Amino acid sequence: MTKTIRPTFLKGALLASTLLGGTAWAQDVTLTVESWRNDDLSIWQEKIIPAFEAANPGIKIDFAPSAPAEYNAVLNSKLDAGSAGDLITCRPFDASLELFNKGKLADLSGLAGMANFSDVAKSAWQTDDAAKTFCVPMASVIHGFIYNKTAFDELGLTPPKTEAEFFAVLEKVKADGTYIPMAMGTTDQWEAATMGYQNIGPNYWKGEEGRKALIAGTSSLTDEPWVAPFRQLAKWKDYLGDGFEAQTYPDSQNLFTLGRAAIYPAGSWEIGVFGPQIGGAFEMGAFPPPVPAEGDTCYISDHTDIALGMNAATKHPEEAKKFLEWVASSEFATLYANALPGFFSLNAAPVEMADPLAKEFVSWRESCEPTIRSTYQILSRGTPNLENETWTASANVINGSETPEAAAERLQKGLASWYAPQQK
Amino acid sequence: MAQRRAFRWHIAVFLAPAVLVYTAIMIVPLFGTLNLSLFNVVEGQRVFVGLQNFATLLGDPRWSASFWNALGNNAWFFLVHMLVQNPVGVALAALLSSPRLRGAAFYRTAIFIPTILSFVIVGFVWKLILSPIWGIAPGMLDAVGLKALFAPWLGREGTALTTLALISVWQFVGIPMMLIYAALLTIPDEVIEAAEIDGVTGWAQFWKIKLPLILPSIGIISILTFVGNFNAFDLIYVTQGALAGPNFSTDILGTFLYRTFFGFQLQIGDPHMGATIATAMFAIILLGVCFYLFAIQRRMRRYQF
Repeated sequence: MTKTIRPTFLKGALLASTLLGGTAWAQDVTLTVESWRNDDLSIWQEKIIPAFEAANPGIKIDFAPSAPAEYNAVLNSKLDAGSAGDLITCRPFDASLELFNKGKLADLSGLAGMANFSDVAKSAWQTDDAAKTFCVPMASVIHGFIYNKTAFDELGLTPPKTEAEFFAVLEKVKADGTYIPMAMGTTDQWEAATMGYQNIGPNYWKGEEGRKALIAGTSSLTDEPWVAPFRQLAKWKDYLGDGFEAQTYPDSQNLFTLGRAAIYPAGSWEIGVFGPQIGGAFEMGAFPPPVPAEGDTCYISDHTDIALGMNAATKHPEEAKKFLEWVASSEFATLYANALPGFFSLNAAPVEMADPLAKEFVSWRESCEPTIRSTYQILSRGTPNLENETWTASANVINGSETPEAAAERLQKGLASWYAPQQK
Repeated sequence: MAQRRAFRWHIAVFLAPAVLVYTAIMIVPLFGTLNLSLFNVVEGQRVFVGLQNFATLLGDPRWSASFWNALGNNAWFFLVHMLVQNPVGVALAALLSSPRLRGAAFYRTAIFIPTILSFVIVGFVWKLILSPIWGIAPGMLDAVGLKALFAPWLGREGTALTTLALISVWQFVGIPMMLIYAALLTIPDEVIEAAEIDGVTGWAQFWKIKLPLILPSIGIISILTFVGNFNAFDLIYVTQGALAGPNFSTDILGTFLYRTFFGFQLQIGDPHMGATIATAMFAIILLGVCFYLFAIQRRMRRYQF
């Protein structure tokens, strides 16, 4: 008897140990995160990932960013080829909506953490009827102007509140000659559109009101509120550095951080980049886009910019959802907003931030009416693409190769060529 | 009847690796692209549309404006290469083959080195040299009192494309130089000696003896330049980005294709129109090469030594 039992027992023990070993190995799941934020690599590796992994043993996170300009193309090819990561960083609006409609992104409406976000925060990652949400909102960025406080003190200037004051300040800096009044170039085009047009525009088209009117077709791009920002941009030309036509985005950043320029038309994402680069050589301040006339309500672009979704084809949906729940928590919001000053949490729970410049930016949420970039929702769905056309138009207007009226006219024609509500 | 020769299997076996690899990575994708250009997505369904995409590319005012703009820029890009790169290449080769030149090996290497550099490095280095802020070009012009001549060339619509073409010329002038240099070296000494006995020396010797002998090489270089230029993409993409600014003044077929096929920023990629542009590029290059083969190469006189 014993002779026959022992081998069976041994086999059973062996089998059990292999099974146990197998499951123990399988529990250590690695989730890959696709992202365009290659600037954030160290923050993910040093702060975000360790915090999550400590609380969730058995799940490993691998943050694998690609270059921002190539991200959309790379991600689409990877998703089509089935080699994309488990978690996908979502661009706002149509780029992600398209992925969801093609079944590449999973429906996350059922995620408990979604309750932590307002409807506006979620709007960038929902179907048009807001029935389904497919990415967990992470952060928004706010536009405004960062200025060199030390230079302003030196020249006896105060941050401008109105358009007239703004140009008076620029004129004074120019007359003094020590500093380049404003650091911006037109080579990369998106600077002109994003930091120019979308930055100052909401004050003229009255934020959400104008944006919604444009989508509804009750207002057109040739109307005064949409041409006025171009008129202002055309005047910027005289206050930019020598050879701004060939000045790239990194050139502009360096001009400002080296203390050679007084004002930098900014997105709040620069805060985290500028701080360490300046290293205390001078003090920075920020002011919201100047309003057309004293006493006008101010509007700011508080653009829902970044979210995290799940690859519908992931092999580890449970673990990915666990991570997404954590991303939706206030713990993550605090961690992220402080690790990346300038990326403001969209979480409904208020987040305490340490960076004074970031605090300044976020305080405008109280004093001004927030809106999102006008071209992002719905209006960039067709060909020609309104956002991309706006890049070229803004750069042309600043370069002086197209008048504000001609640029607006061209944009309107392009939009009306495919967008039905604008075709009356 | 003579005995039938056995089928020579070894020929097929030896050809197989090259044929298979070439088919897999060149022929199949080529026909895949041609095929893709005949389809489009209509109401979510992929349907055969025949030549509809080409009609859109050439008939729709927007598409055709972009297409002709890219083609025109591409033609100018090619023209600059033909007018600058190849004559300079020939001149350099002629100088290098002069027996009285010292340090020929050094010059040869120095001029050829940019050719082996990556586009990314060339694009970045020139962008930096020409940068109005950090570049050394404004400083150097200032040193000789010509600062007024400096302009942000890469940022102006009128000059950006020509500047890029000249950068590309700088990078690739080594190729025509090497090919012509090799052709010049193959001219037998007897021919040169005979010319000298007949009193043909110096420049006359170059124009009347050497140039006719290297014409076939110049022909080959022209066609290589043509194919290379109409397939160009990298340099423009690296220096000006996919939007080929300012205001599409440096947009060539390659960047136009990239933007359309892969999409850009909020613009979602359109593989069908992209394939249509790729097919149009293929047709343009094919026409150019055919023109060369049938109209020029056949009439070219060859000399046998």
